[in-house]
Amino acid sequence: MSKKVLVLGETREGALRNVSFEAIAAAKKISGGGEVVAVLLGEAVSEFGNELVAYGADRVITVEHPHLKSYTSDGYGQAFMAVVDQEQPEAIVFGHTAVGKDLSPKIASKLQTGLISDVTDIEGEGDDAVFIRPIYSGKAFEKVKLKEDGVVFITVRPNNIASLEREERSGDVSSLSVDITNLRTIIKNVVRKSAEGVDLSEAKVIIAGGRGVKSKDGFEPLQELADLLGGAVGASRGACDADYCDYSLQIGQTGKVVTPDLYIAAGISGAIQHMAGMSNSKVIVAINKDPEANIFKVADYGIVGDLFDVIPLLTEEFKKVM
Amino acid sequence: MNIYVLVKRTFDTEEKLVVSGGQIQEDGAEFIINPYDEYAIEEAITVRDAHGGEVTVVTIGDEEAEKQLRTALAMGADKAVLINTEDDVEEMDQFTAAYILAEYLKDKEADLILAGNVAIDGGSGQVGPRVADLLDINYVTTITSLEIEGETVKIVRDIEGDAEELETSLPLLVTAQQGLNEPRYPSLPGIMKAKKKPLEELELDDLDIEEDDVEAKTETIEVYLPPKKQAGRILEGEIPSQVSELVSLLRSEAKVI
Ligand SMILES: Cc1cc2nc3c(=O)[nH]c(=O)nc-3n(C[C@H](O)[C@H](O)[C@H](O)COP(=O)(O)OP(=O)(O)OC[C@H]3O[C@@H](n4cnc5c(N)ncnc54)[C@H](O)[C@@H]3O)c2cc1C
Repeated sequence: MSKKVLVLGETREGALRNVSFEAIAAAKKISGGGEVVAVLLGEAVSEFGNELVAYGADRVITVEHPHLKSYTSDGYGQAFMAVVDQEQPEAIVFGHTAVGKDLSPKIASKLQTGLISDVTDIEGEGDDAVFIRPIYSGKAFEKVKLKEDGVVFITVRPNNIASLEREERSGDVSSLSVDITNLRTIIKNVVRKSAEGVDLSEAKVIIAGGRGVKSKDGFEPLQELADLLGGAVGASRGACDADYCDYSLQIGQTGKVVTPDLYIAAGISGAIQHMAGMSNSKVIVAINKDPEANIFKVADYGIVGDLFDVIPLLTEEFKKVM
Repeated sequence: MNIYVLVKRTFDTEEKLVVSGGQIQEDGAEFIINPYDEYAIEEAITVRDAHGGEVTVVTIGDEEAEKQLRTALAMGADKAVLINTEDDVEEMDQFTAAYILAEYLKDKEADLILAGNVAIDGGSGQVGPRVADLLDINYVTTITSLEIEGETVKIVRDIEGDAEELETSLPLLVTAQQGLNEPRYPSLPGIMKAKKKPLEELELDDLDIEEDDVEAKTETIEVYLPPKKQAGRILEGEIPSQVSELVSLLRSEAKVI
């Protein structure tokens, strides 16, 4: 049976997030030839509708309201449920983002359905779709499916499911007006700590530093290499706790979960909580003074040495060939 | 203040994990309180000490989970409740857990419910918000700071590295993120006292729950270890020659640059 699938589109710094395009690709698989309807919630979001169509949405529904300027589970919950009531979807896909993680359990609860979160791969299509997700801090994987009929609901981990080719297509972008009332949370302020530019969770190349970086200045050679490769700088909790960098750079169970094409870990020992956030990376390079460091167990390539020797040389070497 | 903490006994993922017959082997494994729940317990105790009231820790599980409940009592919680599902529930998912917890909590008039933002075993992060929805109370996830001033609750939460400052009110459910506090270790007197603190054991019958009501919505078909990576290549030789070898490997073999 083909399914109608709703996808929540998300924006960041005035642009759609890649994970929304990836969610559309996941929705296509689940739909088994059915319709993919993207949903945009916010104060003024309709301008992004056509871009979601270009990435594969058949239709877009926007809900615009001053109360949707900042995310709250009450505001977004009411708006999204209004779309659900109108569309009666058979499946829903969110990104496994701050918003997706916070909102999806509420919607799943209201629909009394199962929610399969943090999906990294989908096997099969339509009714036969089975979802793969990491468990036990990324040490194992499970294959999960919905038991009975009901709304199939998943959240997808950024950078794991390939988005579809962008194509000029046309699709209806319509708006739904929803009364949004009784918000129990008032957002006072958001202290932006994350660097502008490359979003860590979507970066293709990440140069991450740990306690071995030894100081704030120690991150500079890492930043230089990241800039050269068009990537982003990340960090272990050890480096954040030591105040060498901001917590917004933290990668791992508590921080960002990343899946870049290339992850270079410099001066990071490889604690399980760190690996939970990066072990799915396509290629991992470890640079560490200690040949016994745990990080070498997940590394594709390793250099045993001082990162302050290795990283600047790497930058020089890449400059020669790029 | 009437405070509840939702706690899960989890496999310690720092330990070696063995999978056989499509399942995680639990024999001989080390079990702990889910680390993010420890932050929730610590915060509950701090709030009680500042505002008065009582902290009750609640878990779903079997008799083995008593150990983790006693640890929470030794940290300073006042009461513990074990909802023992051993005989009634074969497969549990987040729907099941949230339903049972909400049925238990619905007549408790909790002012504040705390939970971890995620459990390190299943990693879904759903149970807290689901419970709040079933109880029809507000929730705030991944919090790093909590202040209660009269009717107002001031919270800072972590949103992908940014800090969101917000205000809300009780009754409320929050889920704890690392950074909220430093959980205390149980003291020796704490451990002694914990032995005498009340630990109530309930079954689904006691909560008027039918087995059918809590049937899992999702099904795990298989659990497996990631395909064994080829042993990584530790490069050799002088550092400059290792570096140029690495660059050419990344370009020609791994093809990521
Ligand atoms: C509940 C919980 C959640 C956590 N969440 C996270 C998380 O999300 N992310 C995270 O990262 N951690 C997390 N942690 C912390 C984690 O357990 C580790 O403590 C942390 O990852 C260690 O950081 P590190 O590798 O930088 O430091 P260390 O373990 O101290 O390692 C430093 C490494 O640098 C190497 N080194 C030193 N100098 C040099 C040099 N000049 N050149 C090359 N190598 C050098 C050393 O050999 C060593 O291997 C969490 C812990 C808990 C309990």
